[in-house]
Amino acid sequence: MTANAGSEVDFDVVVVGAGVAGCVSAFQLATAGRSVLLVERGPEPGSKALSGGVFYCRVMEQVFPGFAERAPVERVITRNCLSFLNPDSFVNIDYGDQRLSSPVNAVSVLRAKLEAWLAEQCETARAVVMPGFRVDRLLLEDGRVCGIGAGEDELRCKVVVAADGVNSFVARDAGLRTKDPANQLAVGVKSVIGLDRGVIEERFNLEGDQGAAYAVVGDCTKGVGGGGFMYTNLESVSIGVVLRLDDLAKRGEVASDLHDRFLGHRFIAPFLKGGELLEYGAHLVAEGGQAMVRDLVKPGLVVVGEAAGLALNTGLTVRGMDLAAGSAIAAARAVDAALEADDFSPGVLKEYESSLRAGFVGRDMETFRAAPAFLEGTRMFNDYGPLLADVFHGVYNLDLEPRRHLARTAWDAFKTSPLKLSDLVQDGWKALRAL
Amino acid sequence: MNLGTIAERLARNRYELDGAPHIEVDQQAARASGAGPLLERICPAHVYAVAEDGSVSLAWAACLECGTCLALAPPGVLTWRYPAGGTGVLYRMG
Repeated sequence: MTANAGSEVDFDVVVVGAGVAGCVSAFQLATAGRSVLLVERGPEPGSKALSGGVFYCRVMEQVFPGFAERAPVERVITRNCLSFLNPDSFVNIDYGDQRLSSPVNAVSVLRAKLEAWLAEQCETARAVVMPGFRVDRLLLEDGRVCGIGAGEDELRCKVVVAADGVNSFVARDAGLRTKDPANQLAVGVKSVIGLDRGVIEERFNLEGDQGAAYAVVGDCTKGVGGGGFMYTNLESVSIGVVLRLDDLAKRGEVASDLHDRFLGHRFIAPFLKGGELLEYGAHLVAEGGQAMVRDLVKPGLVVVGEAAGLALNTGLTVRGMDLAAGSAIAAARAVDAALEADDFSPGVLKEYESSLRAGFVGRDMETFRAAPAFLEGTRMFNDYGPLLADVFHGVYNLDLEPRRHLARTAWDAFKTSPLKLSDLVQDGWKALRAL
Repeated sequence: MNLGTIAERLARNRYELDGAPHIEVDQQAARASGAGPLLERICPAHVYAVAEDGSVSLAWAACLECGTCLALAPPGVLTWRYPAGGTGVLYRMG
């Protein structure tokens, strides 16, 4: 312990980034009575945030009881649709369930509104929120992080929480992250399309403030690894594609063209008809799962949320914000204990890593560690959609030939598909184990 | 629905533009590695364009700050930091 540690600090904790992870860390620590500074490079919290998925928000109840009622969420997701999209057909697994609305399981959110509210909660808990502040560097003392610097300004603290997103320069500067391989990253390209409330409810088969979320595979990325997503907000639809960077680079496709192609797809366009583009944005996504999560702690520093590589695509669900909140809760607890003990060595802060591993975040990352490799396979994107459509075509297309049982229809469809029986068995087995 | 060109779309976004360029291209490294056409394709905001002489022009003000170019550019081609505090793209929805 250096002599002046604890005596000349401006704040106990500086949190970098007012996204979900940063706001939850700051709120928890401020509520525990610590002096907290939350810095954000955007001029308002939320102005740099962009998400391409729904928020599985039950974890937020631990921090903000009544979250789904109090926070500015858009719709409660009660319909989940997995859509196999082909050029001239589609097969949807459309799952709606009232149980998903009580207690609320997932919500759609617009981050500019959500983060404004989250930052307000932090201020109410007496954290100091400082927007328009881009952290340029970490301050180090005897190998220990002891503050942040931006231009001429320097602020000293006992612990820095890096919550600065998927491109985390703080984690990089601290040597906790290096350049991620391109197959572990994807770019989400997204539009928000304004539509009347009533139109949305009618087109998506919704009642009141309930919402739908679509995960789309197949003919939405022109063969580039990734997929499409679409979910309903109150008066808009968020829609776009996620493109794995290695594949995007290799296949010579233009990112924005793939986005446009998806929105113009004959089975997607009708959802958006008559809408008005409200916003066009892009965001990098950590797709590597567990393989991307490295050391999250060094003396005086913890890394949370996307900056820690915490994101999870299981094929059916795409998660990030819930993992961000879960990691923030675990980190805040460890940082609070370190402040209590006045000891900021990795030994104490490592408690964050172990509680993260033991909780739902670490366990889910572990459970789905094989998912990225499975989803990298091209059969999932290209072959299963047409096969499913052929099966249903055989069922519904009454062409005056004598009908056959479903098993025979399916077998015939399978025989004409490029898939081999061994693929089917292997993929089925792998899917059950990986997803 | 008509989405418009990328430039028209970006014109609907909000930007705060009093900062200095936050991206720099090392033209020599870009030429040597052939990174120009790659950057042109993968940037969702069409920030990069390869000129006739093979140099890469840079409409940095349109940047959506996603980091795709940084992740895919060969080493030495780009210097890329986030725009200065309070500037750059400001999402109203997100």
